Amino acid sequence: MMPSSKIPKHLKIRAPVPTARTPANSGLGPSKIEIRSLNFYYGDIRALTDINMTIADRAITAFIGPSGCGKSTLLRVLNRMYALYPHQRAEGEVRIGGEDILSATVDVADLRYRIGMVFQRPTPFPMTVFENVAFGLRLHAAARGAELNHRVEAALREAALWDEVKDMLNKDGRGLSGGQQQRLCIARTIAVNPDVLLLDEPTAALDPISTLRIEETLQVLREKYCIVVVTHNLQQAARVSNVTGFMYLGELVEMGLSNEIFTTPKDRRTDDYITGRFG
Amino acid sequence: MNSRFIRRFRNGAFLALAVLATVIGLACLAAILWTLISHGLAGMSSEVFTQMTPPPGAKGGLLNAIYGSAVMTLLGIVIGSPIGLLAGTYLAEYGRGSPLSTTIRFINDVLLSAPSIIIGLFVYEIVVVRVGHFSALAGAVALAVIAIPVTLRTTEDMLNLVPAGMKDASAALGAYQWRTVLSVVYPAARSGIVTGLLLAIARISGETAPLLFTALNNQFWSTDLNAPMANLPVVIFQFALSPYTNWQDLAWTGALIITSTILLLSIMARFLLSLLQAQRGGGR
Repeated sequence: MMPSSKIPKHLKIRAPVPTARTPANSGLGPSKIEIRSLNFYYGDIRALTDINMTIADRAITAFIGPSGCGKSTLLRVLNRMYALYPHQRAEGEVRIGGEDILSATVDVADLRYRIGMVFQRPTPFPMTVFENVAFGLRLHAAARGAELNHRVEAALREAALWDEVKDMLNKDGRGLSGGQQQRLCIARTIAVNPDVLLLDEPTAALDPISTLRIEETLQVLREKYCIVVVTHNLQQAARVSNVTGFMYLGELVEMGLSNEIFTTPKDRRTDDYITGRFG
Repeated sequence: MNSRFIRRFRNGAFLALAVLATVIGLACLAAILWTLISHGLAGMSSEVFTQMTPPPGAKGGLLNAIYGSAVMTLLGIVIGSPIGLLAGTYLAEYGRGSPLSTTIRFINDVLLSAPSIIIGLFVYEIVVVRVGHFSALAGAVALAVIAIPVTLRTTEDMLNLVPAGMKDASAALGAYQWRTVLSVVYPAARSGIVTGLLLAIARISGETAPLLFTALNNQFWSTDLNAPMANLPVVIFQFALSPYTNWQDLAWTGALIITSTILLLSIMARFLLSLLQAQRGGGR
């Protein structure tokens, strides 16, 4: 996060919190995720302030904003990854498919099984390519035998990796290239048919060619999933997403259809950020 | 000009001292190995591995002692390493930052550097005295107590090397922590954990003091775990102090056997560790 002294004066004005909603008639799927009055704390430090939004199904929603703006934190709330770490807590209401996932009665392991997540750094497990993809399916005994083989292949095809690895399914997944590893992680995540796919800067550690392949993969996956992607790369957000949310200092400044956000932003801060005046 | 000379002189002097210290250290090691090999090889023969420890003046070997050492070391590892492994797993995966784990880590460090004779006395008190006699089992327990802190420490260190992102990715797929530890963390740290086990074996296979109080020694072939059992370190201790030349020769040979075994284990451990590092560094 920027030290406050460096923030331009006009940005310090507290704008009213926008209640961003996906515009009607936008051709997007029905709303999948609804967030109301979400606040998030790392110990005593508030990282998210009164977040309100809806996220559409069968669409790619991108969150942009400078480092420390809370976009990754928001993602970590959606599958309750934060709960793995002490002193982190979320308050408010987050409904995914109608279910309040912040409720204490939610089985977190089951939730994470339904809400897939891909991280910035590729994290192949120390096992074969096949076992990497089969991991989630075996974990929840979702498939076995021929059905397991079938679903592993389907996931690898969906992640646009099948042709490259079909002859090396029994090789260690850590031996793949960085871009292949990341697509392996995507395959591993979609193999279990999650409701939502969260991607935390999925291409930040990759070269341009691999980035392109991942973006193409996302375009195909959009047909089926509710995809939320956090990115530092504005061009990427503009290229791949249907809806973009701009976050700043833990607040959602503005959210709307990507072509509108990137051409006619309503908030001055959004304009400054996408035109490269800060961030 | 003058200060440059002084700096050069200081640099040279420091280098000379460092080289001297290295030479002294290596020379000692070489002298030990040379003495061991020259004396040990003199007594080396096939009988060493086929016959029992002899009475003074007679011919014989070290078979019962080699067998006893192998059995007790193995048993010690079988008892000790699961405890060390699980405790290390607790420290690295479950008890991070908790007061309990800080305490365990501190006590483990103390145990790690405790003189082994103390551990021998401890097991003598809690096992030998209660059972009423020396036994191979008591020896194995003493060796286990020495193996626990070694495996605990290496397990914790190796598990801490596993990237947090890998554990998070497993959790993000809906894996409970035990499943993540078993299926992801252990395989990722496998060669490191095995290295720790090898180092623990190397450490306990040469221990003398704990066995002196627990397994004692046995002149004869014995597979009874509930009775005193011969073992290389105590045989070496006893034979080397004796006035009989055939015993002294066997002591040298036994010392050579232990040293080469430990050397071999250490080299294997090093090799595994370098494999691990290559895997990590080269793991694109």
